[in-house]
Amino acid sequence: MFKYLFAKNEDIPAGSAAVFFGFSAIVWFVIGTGLGSFNAAKLAFPDFVTGNMYFAFGHMRQVHVHAVIFGWISMAFAMAMMYIAPALGNNKLWSEKLGLWNCMFWNVGLALGLTVLWAGITSGREYSDFPWPIDLYLAVFVFIPLALNVWMTVLNRKTQGIYTTNWFFIASLFMVIIVFLVGNSPEFFHLSGLTEAYLTWWFAHNVLGLWITPVAAAIAYYTVPKVTGNPLYSHRIGHLHFWSVVVFYSTPAAHHLMSAPLPEWLKSFASVEGVLILVPAIAFVSNIMLTMKGKWYMFVENIEIRFTITGCLMAIPLNMQGGFQQTRAINWYIHGTGWIVAHAHLALLGFSTFLEGAAVYLGLQTIMRRKLYSLTLANMHFWLLLIGFTIYWVSMTIAGLIQGAGKIYEVPYIDVVIAEHPYMIARWIGGTLVFVGNVLWLYNMWMTARKGTEVPVGRMPHELSYER
Amino acid sequence: MAGFREYKVGTRIFALALGGSMCITLLFPASDMSKVSATDMALEKQLSAGRETGFNLDDPFLQGWNKPLGVELTVDPKTNQPMATAMTVYVYQKGTPFPSGILHPRVLGAGVQELSVEQGHIVDAKKDAGAVFAISKGVYNGQQVSYIDNLTATKGWTPDDVMHVAKDSDISEAGKGKTMFVREGCWWCHTLLPEQTQDWQVFGAPPMLGDFNGESPTAFGSDRKAPDLLHVGSRNSSREWMMMHFFNPRLVQPHSIMPRYDYLWGDKDASGQAIDFAKWRAEYDEYREGKRVNPPEVPSYASNSEIRGLIDFMLSLK
Repeated sequence: MFKYLFAKNEDIPAGSAAVFFGFSAIVWFVIGTGLGSFNAAKLAFPDFVTGNMYFAFGHMRQVHVHAVIFGWISMAFAMAMMYIAPALGNNKLWSEKLGLWNCMFWNVGLALGLTVLWAGITSGREYSDFPWPIDLYLAVFVFIPLALNVWMTVLNRKTQGIYTTNWFFIASLFMVIIVFLVGNSPEFFHLSGLTEAYLTWWFAHNVLGLWITPVAAAIAYYTVPKVTGNPLYSHRIGHLHFWSVVVFYSTPAAHHLMSAPLPEWLKSFASVEGVLILVPAIAFVSNIMLTMKGKWYMFVENIEIRFTITGCLMAIPLNMQGGFQQTRAINWYIHGTGWIVAHAHLALLGFSTFLEGAAVYLGLQTIMRRKLYSLTLANMHFWLLLIGFTIYWVSMTIAGLIQGAGKIYEVPYIDVVIAEHPYMIARWIGGTLVFVGNVLWLYNMWMTARKGTEVPVGRMPHELSYER
Repeated sequence: MAGFREYKVGTRIFALALGGSMCITLLFPASDMSKVSATDMALEKQLSAGRETGFNLDDPFLQGWNKPLGVELTVDPKTNQPMATAMTVYVYQKGTPFPSGILHPRVLGAGVQELSVEQGHIVDAKKDAGAVFAISKGVYNGQQVSYIDNLTATKGWTPDDVMHVAKDSDISEAGKGKTMFVREGCWWCHTLLPEQTQDWQVFGAPPMLGDFNGESPTAFGSDRKAPDLLHVGSRNSSREWMMMHFFNPRLVQPHSIMPRYDYLWGDKDASGQAIDFAKWRAEYDEYREGKRVNPPEVPSYASNSEIRGLIDFMLSLK
């Protein structure tokens, strides 16, 4: 990859940037889930690696979150955009060279950002923890160049219309830049008090709602029709999904602070809008499920489809939780408990990761024209992720319900901690399975690049049978 | 270039939809929240914590640099005469940045702003010279309102005057402590936000709208794995307990899952002796295995240690 950084744009093979992004994303996923497993071990066994500032839970928790969101998920998005946007525009990426540099700056900036977070240098704002110089760096060297590259690719397309996936890509890139700059504005302009607290959650909500959720869905709009060969069930439902994301998903930020002293009208409004998140969610899931018509055998046989459909199926409980847990009727019970932690992992590790995983599997095989090295390893990756995640989600949901009960029955807090202990151990086991699965994945993709069977031009990797 | 020729209507609707959503979620709440006046709690918090306790250029490594000191005054620093009632003042020594409410009095909200500017003379405070602040009571539109009083302007008390009469035990390094609270990620488990629905009995009164004006970051926390701390100083004011609990939480609470914060003691204890952490841990392990009857003694902390600030901050959370 590095040899192309200083090559002429025309001399860089198409897809180089996507490959660079793809492998970077997997490496960050291994790092991020490794940190997650480590942190979970500390919650289960508090004296595991103790007495050192750099291995204290409070120093490592945010590193896990940011490695996963800005390393794994966002880089997998960039990877998907770099090969899907041109594929759908029947053209080439606007600038491979910009893409490669974008990936370079991204890796460097993220490594720097995570290092300072690790040292405890933080803005003290959840999800926007990076200090403001890092925020500015990420805006200028990460998100804006990525957006420029994708926008120019779509503008220079050779097709007449723009396919659903690309609407989401270009709109989400626009929205994430706005969200990133506005959400971090309390740090740039030294805003304080409730405004700062509210903007913290405005950022946290919108980075999920206008970046992670729609882009993950957009990827499924590409992978499912592409791999199954079925056309998208309905573009009209795609429209409904797109517009309801823009209108409904951008408004409920205040529902993260339902029991905080925000203006009551704002909480009520956010809560109603929060339920309406079910509109894009149902539109998306039904559209994908109906696209699968006649090809359900691929859910069993094909690794990309299995990942994608599993992710889409997880969107059902995800959005049922998401739509209702933020209403006043339910939120008072589960707010601030492990239930929310389970929900956040259902969104990022369940729904979103499974869709991106499929895009990275498909993309790396397609661009490198190498068939997957080992289907067995891919199957193991899938099951380790799914079983590990399920253990995690179930144990944290139960722990959250215990915490909720402890909260309302005014149980001494230490009794809640004692009652949660077995679930903390289960959470650590689940997280470790996910980590192990990702290590296998990295090895599998590396071996695919080195030793995968060559895929002839014009064929899909899954159309080839294994020679081994 | 294919451009957006079929998408003229779509792009306009997109701008309208997103713009509308930004109005409702940013503009309206911001104008609503900016009308709220600061309460006593908000004034206390920003005066004790200083400008920012997250990353900022005055304290880029979150070491607690350039933070104000809270001082419990029992004698008048000018005349050295004992005062009728003790008062808490906040000392901003030369170069210590002022909190938002003093830099931008508008942040304090109607009433508090007017009194702080007109009677408290906060706009006269100069960072280069330092200043001493306190919370005073005044009357605005017939109502009693607390405001920030710049004692350097109204009484002529300079930071040096106050520090001259203050003993170490009168000084609170809560600003440094809040920095430690942010840096060490205490707020990943301990919220600073009793919830409005059911936390009254155990964790105390939930905060109100005006309790945060001028504070940054608010560090509410979202994932409560441990007790809420907004009023912890009212529940437990024992410095001794705090010291043992921070050094090794399992000394006072065997089931605690809190990490040990012994590293906040630094290298030396209160008497300037080097702390032998390895020996302490070995002895503690013996105690845990039942080979010792008592756990080893927790070293007393140096007055300039990080843990001192953190304990001061805990005790300031009333």
